[in-house]
Amino acid sequence: MTPPPDHAAVPSASDAAPVAVATAPAGPPPSDTEHRRREAQRAAGREGARRTVAQIGFYTFVSLVLAFFSLPLLWLAVAPFDANPGLSASLPEFTLQNFQVLWDNPYAMRSLGNSVILAGGTGLLVVTFAALAAYALSRVRLPGRDMLLYVLLLLSSIVTGTAAMVPLFNLATELRLIDSQLGVILVLSGGLLPSAIFILKDFMDGTPRSYEESARVFGASPFQIMRDIVVPVVRPGLATIGVWSVAQVWGNFLIPFLLLRSPDQYPAAVVMYTFYTEGGQANLALISTFSLLYSVPVILMFLFVSSRYGFRFHGGIKR
Amino acid sequence: MTVFTRRAVAMTGAAAAVSLTLTACGSGGGSGSDTDSLVISANAIAGGKNEQEAKWIEEWVIPNFVDQKKEQDDVDVSVSFDASGVDDEQYKTKLALDLQGGSGPDIMTLDGIWIGEFAQAGYIKPLTEVVTQADFWEGWDQIPEAVQKLGSFENERYGIPAGTDGRVLYYNKDLFEQAGLDREWQPAGWDELVEAAEALGGIDGVTPVQLNAGTAMGEATTMQGFLPLLAGAGEHIWDKGKWRGESDAVTETLGLYEKIFADGLGDPLLQQEAQGRDKSFEQFADGRIGILLEGDYFWRSVVHPELGIAPMEDRDEVVGYAKIPAIEPGKGIHGQDFASMSGGSARVVNPETDNPELAFELLTFMNSDEALKALLEGEARITARTDTNADVLKDDPMLTFVADEVLPITAYRPGLAEYTRVSTLLQEATASVVSGSSAEDVAASYREKLEGVVGGAGNISN
Amino acid sequence: MNGSKGRPLAGAPAGRTGGSDAAGLGRRRAAGFVAPAMLLIVAFLLFPALWTVYLGLTDYQLTGFAAANPQVVGLENYDRALGDDRFSNSLVLTLQFVLGSAVLGQAVLGFAIAWLMRNRVGALRRTVEALVLLAWILPSSVITFLWIALLDRDGGTLNALLNTPGTAWLLEYPMASIIVFNIWKGAAFSMMLYAAALGNVPPSHLETARLAGAGTFQQLRDVVFPRIKGHVLTNLLLISLWTFNDFTPFLLTAGGPENRTEIMPVFIYRIALESGELGFGAAISVLMLLINLVIALVYMRLLRQRKDASA
Repeated sequence: MTPPPDHAAVPSASDAAPVAVATAPAGPPPSDTEHRRREAQRAAGREGARRTVAQIGFYTFVSLVLAFFSLPLLWLAVAPFDANPGLSASLPEFTLQNFQVLWDNPYAMRSLGNSVILAGGTGLLVVTFAALAAYALSRVRLPGRDMLLYVLLLLSSIVTGTAAMVPLFNLATELRLIDSQLGVILVLSGGLLPSAIFILKDFMDGTPRSYEESARVFGASPFQIMRDIVVPVVRPGLATIGVWSVAQVWGNFLIPFLLLRSPDQYPAAVVMYTFYTEGGQANLALISTFSLLYSVPVILMFLFVSSRYGFRFHGGIKR
Repeated sequence: MTVFTRRAVAMTGAAAAVSLTLTACGSGGGSGSDTDSLVISANAIAGGKNEQEAKWIEEWVIPNFVDQKKEQDDVDVSVSFDASGVDDEQYKTKLALDLQGGSGPDIMTLDGIWIGEFAQAGYIKPLTEVVTQADFWEGWDQIPEAVQKLGSFENERYGIPAGTDGRVLYYNKDLFEQAGLDREWQPAGWDELVEAAEALGGIDGVTPVQLNAGTAMGEATTMQGFLPLLAGAGEHIWDKGKWRGESDAVTETLGLYEKIFADGLGDPLLQQEAQGRDKSFEQFADGRIGILLEGDYFWRSVVHPELGIAPMEDRDEVVGYAKIPAIEPGKGIHGQDFASMSGGSARVVNPETDNPELAFELLTFMNSDEALKALLEGEARITARTDTNADVLKDDPMLTFVADEVLPITAYRPGLAEYTRVSTLLQEATASVVSGSSAEDVAASYREKLEGVVGGAGNISN
Repeated sequence: MNGSKGRPLAGAPAGRTGGSDAAGLGRRRAAGFVAPAMLLIVAFLLFPALWTVYLGLTDYQLTGFAAANPQVVGLENYDRALGDDRFSNSLVLTLQFVLGSAVLGQAVLGFAIAWLMRNRVGALRRTVEALVLLAWILPSSVITFLWIALLDRDGGTLNALLNTPGTAWLLEYPMASIIVFNIWKGAAFSMMLYAAALGNVPPSHLETARLAGAGTFQQLRDVVFPRIKGHVLTNLLLISLWTFNDFTPFLLTAGGPENRTEIMPVFIYRIALESGELGFGAAISVLMLLINLVIALVYMRLLRQRKDASA
């Protein structure tokens, strides 16, 4: 099979078509509709039939995807309001009692605040540090850069696993970071940074440098350039990494559990596991209700970020 | 392990640098740094797991102890409580991490089976080494010898038992009647158990017997399944310094599993589900399980008409209980006709505490008759103390039954580091039988795996 | 790691990606930009990781005699792991899990959604993307409960829907269940990444190919793939590593029934936390790292060869 005629132009084309910098969700690419209409008329009959089939296929696929992704969420919408929830998403006997119980629980609501502190702190730290590092690594060739990134990426898999808990714990003890939210933030950040730098560096690689050069001509410092030119361009990427880090921390149980002592500081991920009885049975009423409360902040964050920045990798991950 | 820590940290300049900058920010946790402060830790939390214990510590133990010290000795003490509400394994890990680093709470609740491994690791010490007055506490006279084993290791007391329990066979009297059986039932041997199950098998939609098996049930398989039956077949899993291998009793116990699950008297799938035990409770409460081997916890907290998680309004009329029979009368351990297993936890003083005498004072305070009654708030529950039991159990025939009939014939698990792994092997063995292997084959392969877990054939009898 | 040298070769022209220091950072200032991240990484990643490697050479346990006196046992843990059926079982399961849920599942589904939605705007696209992303950002303890409820044997939504009462999905099809679960959980990342990548393929090129009579498959192979090859590498690499290290299935199946879903992170959790054998657990972590390394190298090698072949 011969490649299409413009195959040779492939590598340079990505140079010529700079990365989308728009911050709104991407519109359709500017397609030459007129050309398309003429084309459609020409092959009207056959094309029309094919298109109908394609349309049916498309909507079937979309329906399946929608069903697949929404089905599991049903329980979350139903069980919290059920007076006596089991594992079936059946019609509930409506109640708000479960919310009242959680409201009165000494740790439940506070834990959501703690989660915000931990996730927000980690997110901020990871985004800031990763952006700085990714920018420098993208613009300046430091020796052993690529290899370093890969090694760190691989090592992060050890540290996020269970086997590293003794080193992490003893390190935190020596650094007097036990029972400190800062300790949790630092430990988690250390584990997330390699992936964040890896992804952000690809973003940075894909942004045009011409603005930076002109800004430099006008005497802007590298930090100003970073703040005023680079950050606005890669903002969707930063938002994505921020959401990703927050989601990672939001669900993390083991590290906060091992490092924190006073239950007043426990995040929601740890408190979620307390809704069990003496014999280890799940209290489904409280768990489902707490699941909902626990999910609301991340959903809000997602909606906010996606309406504000367009939740996507604009133009990159580029390489 | 502290050696590891120091050396390793010294190696890393960067870590040290971070340390310097962070010391100011870190809210130094730790415990016992002030002369008169104590920290209690338990896997209990208000609004969640073991809520009753958590509230008791926070609202009764701490204020009353502080007042008492003030009044009696004119000493100001401060006591705080580190609550948790997680899986026991996770709680244990957290404690072990703390203790290996030389810190940790001053008083902690440990499961009885952790005592041995914590002692071997040097995390806890015999009470007499920590506190000079340890043997002179009045309460020791109130705790039966058998129950004291819960807080002991190699004949040394490490802690004070906090409470114990016992296992029995529960059965549904309505289903028994429906199957043409007597509503009052006490099997004298495994044959009679199987006969009753076969009769129950005639009822549609009813699982005759729920005998916990498999790894998904975890320790519930060993404690509410294999071990009480093994005791009924005449053996302890660990005896005279050796673990049981492929003995007759082990094979016979697996044989009962084979009998039940191969003949459709049990539900094999339920044993594999992650939520299997919860489901067995639900099904029993719904009248879909005939016979269930469980601890007294099941009576108090599962099918309790008001407090239970699978409440049965007519519990007192419908739920029957019987002692677990030996394979044949007189063939159980110590020649008993019946057998059981017990567990429970013990409270231990951290040997690294800055205030050992004060900590022990608090510990004994928590185990006084008055304190235990405050913990129970009128609820009937088996404690370690006979004087307390006599009072609190008098209105509950079932728990009196356990205290009077079951505790004298009960046995405890060996508190050794290997036990957890042996227990896992036993769970795997029952799983294999449930999925269709023969008891003989499984017993042989269990023995083989056991060698790898307990350090060779030298530690195994037959 | 000579594979890393392939990076500039495989994708965009090296001149652009390489050290064109547009902002005039200079090496020293660049090092300053990198320093805060590196400090954290060295302290809380590199150092614990090396320590774990060291623990892997000892018989250290969390409790018992070996906790008081850990001994260096050299490669004994590795010897034991490689001869252990549970380890090889776990390795095979992990590879199935990664291949099924990440490489085939997430990447293909993510791409399919991105491809079909590429020219769409409006509510439909927003709804699809929001649902897919929701699965990705909800906490894992929450979504596992959702899936337990979905797949429950007695009252599960799926059984009600398919009219298959009493089917215990997590027990009868445990591996398939956690694979589908992980596709559900992770497809969002691939979808986002490919959506961005497809935005870089000029529509006119696709049009031209279509006019030349190329079918969808040919368009994908000849026009789209050469342009998004780099993204494919990044995507496969990241999702494979993440999936390889994903502990979440433990919350669904606890590694069972009968270890049939005991993928490697679950195996390590059970060894380290439930049995307290931290030395052994650390050694398995190191083995897992080496396997991850092999996976990374294979991806980079594959993409490089493809590039060479098409050049």
